[in-house]
Amino acid sequence: MEFGHYASFIAGSYGFAALVLGALILNGWRDGRAQRRLLAELQDDRLGRP
Amino acid sequence: MWTALWNRLAHPGHFLRWSGAALPWLAATSAVLVAVGLYLTFFVVPPDYQQGDTVRIMYVHVPAAILGMGFYGAMTLSAIGTLVWRHPLADVSQRAAAPIGAAFTLICLVTGSLWGKPMWGTYWVWDARLTSMLVLFLIYCGIIALWRTIEDPSRAARAVSILTLVGAVNLPIIKFSVNWWSTLHQPASILRMGGSSIDSSMLYPLLEMVLAMTLLGVTLHLQAMRTEITRRRVRTLLIRQAERLDAGAQEIAPVTRGAAPLPMGQAI
Repeated sequence: MEFGHYASFIAGSYGFAALVLGALILNGWRDGRAQRRLLAELQDDRLGRP
Repeated sequence: MWTALWNRLAHPGHFLRWSGAALPWLAATSAVLVAVGLYLTFFVVPPDYQQGDTVRIMYVHVPAAILGMGFYGAMTLSAIGTLVWRHPLADVSQRAAAPIGAAFTLICLVTGSLWGKPMWGTYWVWDARLTSMLVLFLIYCGIIALWRTIEDPSRAARAVSILTLVGAVNLPIIKFSVNWWSTLHQPASILRMGGSSIDSSMLYPLLEMVLAMTLLGVTLHLQAMRTEITRRRVRTLLIRQAERLDAGAQEIAPVTRGAAPLPMGQAI
């Protein structure tokens, strides 16, 4: 893989895409986990579980 | 039969069941396809005779552009589903799609800009295609902001649906801008009359990356929809809890109302 003086533009493009998609995946996973935990806590409260 | 099947699949309870089973498979398949696509992009695709190695930027730029527009198209259909049929999953789908579509549009703009500098000599021009794509990104931002401004999900869904339908006029402008106006951006090279103008050694890896990124987008969308359904359940339970607490306070309230008022100036 020798991209010469275009290497920085190619690396920048793929790096930026990886950063945005990585953030999207991580945020989706963390948000999903937080909402599931909150729902479980509320359902436990409703059923009177400790 | 199709209506019954659709209604069954689109029921939130059924949706959570089938999407839960499908998500690990979709995530694994999209990861494999992205890995294969990156291998083809960096090790198999030959340099272009004019663009040289910068053509490799197209393998992330073109799929991001297709998905940026594709997610907006899906949101437009969801907006119709929300306004016409008031389908429970339509606005869930719309809300979940907006940040993903915005992310792909942003990737398209930035990678296009990084390709433009060595090829056009500039990062940005106010060209019709580039400008209409920027407008799409701004519409996405407006939709996300509107969702956060209105607290009640059903009211927010109606307002966002109207904005989404108005913004849909931008989709044909993006697609046909390169034909309608004299632009610096090159005309369509994949979907065009007379077939693709790209050599098969470059076209098939590009289609593979489009497939991989589409599958990744669908996986992220299904995951975001599941989270949104859970968020709405949490909201409903919190409202019920607040109502219960409120009802409990009202039962206590007559006792305090019946008590003699404290004289002014006396310590409580």
